[in-house]
Amino acid sequence: MPVLHTGRRRSNQNRSYNGPARQGPVRHLSVAQLNLERVYEQNRLNVQKRDGANAPEPAPGTAAKGKPRLLLMGQRRSGKSSISSVVFHKMPPNETLFLESTARIQKDAMHSFMDFQVWDFPGQLNFMDPSFDLDAIFGEIGALIWVIDAQDEYHEAINRLNSTILNIYPNYPNVNVEVFIHKVDGLSDDYKLDIQRDIMQRIQDELSDHGVENAPINFHLTSIYNHSIFEAFSKVIQKLIPHLPTLEALLNDLCRACRFEKAYLFDVLSKIYIATDSSPVDMPSYEICSDYIDVIVDVSEIYAWPRPPEYIQLLEGPPWNKKLEDQTACNDAESCIVLTDGKRPIMLREVNKYLALVAIMCEGSYEKMPSVTMNVESTVKGLTEVFNITRQRRE
Amino acid sequence: MDQMNSLSIHDDPVPSPSSEPRKQKKKKVLLMGKSGSGKSSMRSIIFSNYIAKDTRRLGATIDVDLSHVKFLGNLTLNLWDCGGQDAFMENYLSQQRQHVFSNVGVLIYVFDIESRDFDRDLLTYRSIIAALSQFSQSASVYILVHKMDLVVPNQREDMYNDRVSLIRSKSDSFDPTPFATSIWDQSLYKAWAEIIHDLVPNLDQIEKHLGSLGKLIMAEEVLLFERTSFLVVSSWSSKGIITSDKDQPAQNPTYDRNERLSNIIKNFKQSTSRYTGTPKSAEQFSVFDLKMPNFCMFLIKFTTNTYLGVVLPPGEERFNAAKLNCYIARTHFEDLDSPARKSADRGVSGDSGELA
Ligand SMILES: Nc1nc2c(ncn2[C@@H]2O[C@H](COP(=O)(O)OP(=O)(O)OP(=O)(O)O)[C@@H](O)[C@H]2O)c(=O)[nH]1
Ligand SMILES: Nc1nc2c(ncn2[C@@H]2O[C@H](COP(=O)(O)OP(=O)(O)OP(=O)(O)O)[C@@H](O)[C@H]2O)c(=O)[nH]1
Ligand SMILES: [Mg+2]
Ligand SMILES: [Mg+2]
Repeated sequence: MPVLHTGRRRSNQNRSYNGPARQGPVRHLSVAQLNLERVYEQNRLNVQKRDGANAPEPAPGTAAKGKPRLLLMGQRRSGKSSISSVVFHKMPPNETLFLESTARIQKDAMHSFMDFQVWDFPGQLNFMDPSFDLDAIFGEIGALIWVIDAQDEYHEAINRLNSTILNIYPNYPNVNVEVFIHKVDGLSDDYKLDIQRDIMQRIQDELSDHGVENAPINFHLTSIYNHSIFEAFSKVIQKLIPHLPTLEALLNDLCRACRFEKAYLFDVLSKIYIATDSSPVDMPSYEICSDYIDVIVDVSEIYAWPRPPEYIQLLEGPPWNKKLEDQTACNDAESCIVLTDGKRPIMLREVNKYLALVAIMCEGSYEKMPSVTMNVESTVKGLTEVFNITRQRRE
Repeated sequence: MDQMNSLSIHDDPVPSPSSEPRKQKKKKVLLMGKSGSGKSSMRSIIFSNYIAKDTRRLGATIDVDLSHVKFLGNLTLNLWDCGGQDAFMENYLSQQRQHVFSNVGVLIYVFDIESRDFDRDLLTYRSIIAALSQFSQSASVYILVHKMDLVVPNQREDMYNDRVSLIRSKSDSFDPTPFATSIWDQSLYKAWAEIIHDLVPNLDQIEKHLGSLGKLIMAEEVLLFERTSFLVVSSWSSKGIITSDKDQPAQNPTYDRNERLSNIIKNFKQSTSRYTGTPKSAEQFSVFDLKMPNFCMFLIKFTTNTYLGVVLPPGEERFNAAKLNCYIARTHFEDLDSPARKSADRGVSGDSGELA
């Protein structure tokens, strides 16, 4: 069932008193409930030693069969498990204080618009140990996310990152290395940039000393206490999406046709955006669109209770004499809010079970909503087709 | 009044001079309770768009913080947030006794559930009640047993009932209405929505009209929000959601939905305020539409002091007709909201920019 329709809450717990709420709209869910929603498997890593020193094949491209993997690595307590819990399991950031150190690799399988896996590594694990089958780890990798705690001493973290890159680069040159300079909440903007420059420099120097130039390494400033971690993940995941250029072209066309300021295609549950039009991404527009999804999910949770069949019959009887679904123009979630400031509307349209299109429209365009809706309709059709093709290929 | 401190954090809605109503009604509301019980916190959340976390920054209130909140139905609330430190309390009960306790419409008394000396709190409460019965016999009294989040969930109910019965027994001839509240969930909105519901003049008339509007547009629910606090001051639910049992129409099973909706919207207003750079107290949006496969709803800026929310069954035609009808009904409700304003200076679409 799409989250947008039913909200997140699945329990029928006693609601006479709803306990302390957290910041943001009140939610009533435990991690356990969420795990049900997004089938959450945690397999034990079963590291097999493979015989022989077989030369690993080059890493398959992202569109290859199988599920792309996001590997979260870095020093102990750098924040890997926190990131995975906040982004993929909706854990409120302050609850990560109670996370225990990870003892073995945690594998999460995400079944969303595309299936992918997130592997959360224990910080102390030395996977360069010859007993590890590198191919089993890096063979189907989508991205290697290296988390560095920016509030801590980071030289050791960089040394390990460098040796990791040097170790895997010869065999897996296509691996995207994404460095998350993490926990930047509380750091001043200047200081953040200084750290970033310093870290980039140290990595580049070391790698070029070893003759590695132009390795695909990207840097992100992140924190679980704001939207930056979602933004960073959005950028990482976009690189794994087949047909991304097609999706972007569709969004560009839509923005041009409807004079949208900005359009995002969101994964509703994680609130990662998987594609956007080509105008520059700015945090404020991402945040407002992301928060708007929360509003829709939370409001739906309250009002989407199942109506009795007798009532529905009445609504489908005279004078309408039509099935309810034929009385609506669109059978997916649709919403719009007009901000008083500049009369700018923000619109949301469900694309499929997992995805929603959220866009910031231009000033005063609420009156043009009917024609906007038509354009959106055809964009949604295009997007759905792209995803259907991708799925068929996979199967 | 001159000894009153107004170190207040309020950002009251600023009425434009032309709309200054002639027949203004004022209600004096005393907010009392011991220091640290959470009075200023709740006031800031309800009327000044604070989020719960922000209240940690509040300092103790010195003497009385006075704020005027313009409300629907031509009502102005004079909210007296009375600092609860002993020295101030003694002062209210002695030198300022008449000044503080005369002409009181409502007393809201806050008890901190975590207080270590409940007996002492009760004694203070008794003295306040005594002063109130001396000067404002007809005032209504609400007691909020507050910070319920600090109690383990399975003890909440017992502890609350316990406290309430003791408090009741010390309330003289007043019959206080009790609430269990916390700033960390929607229970605070529930309490204040009911208090405000009781305060609004013409409310019975407004409710009657809401009901007829609801029936006319075939709504499932109609909600009237006060615009500053975004509390639901009045709501109507259809009895037409029929089931197999003719005498038992169905109801939305989420009983605390109004508070929850207030909470959701108020939180989103924080986001929009950040996004647009406009103050949180400004009206952040004028229309919100939502169409889902099994219901649809809209929220619109309605009268000067209100927003209207409507929940409907799905269907394009019903939705459009309902919205149109609500805009038409707007003028009519405007008269109930602020009767003194001339209908002439309110255009149907000229609803922006009236906030300073
Ligand atoms: N200030 C701040 N703290 C964070 C952030 N992300 C994580 N933390 C904190 O960092 C601590 C360690 O987090 P974990 O997620 O357990 O670290 P880890 O990398 O999984 O550690 P191992 O499992 O031991 O390798 C926790 O107390 C988190 O609350 C962040 O963005 N900002
Ligand atoms: N846990 C919890 N803390 C609360 C709640 N309400 C308020 N607080 C906290 O209580 C502290 C004191 O709150 P205030 O609102 O300043 O107390 P006050 O009653 O105005 O105190 P005086 O002005 O001295 O009379 C603040 O740090 C609030 O964050 C609540 O429901 N739960
Ligand atoms: Mg961990
Ligand atoms: Mg105070």
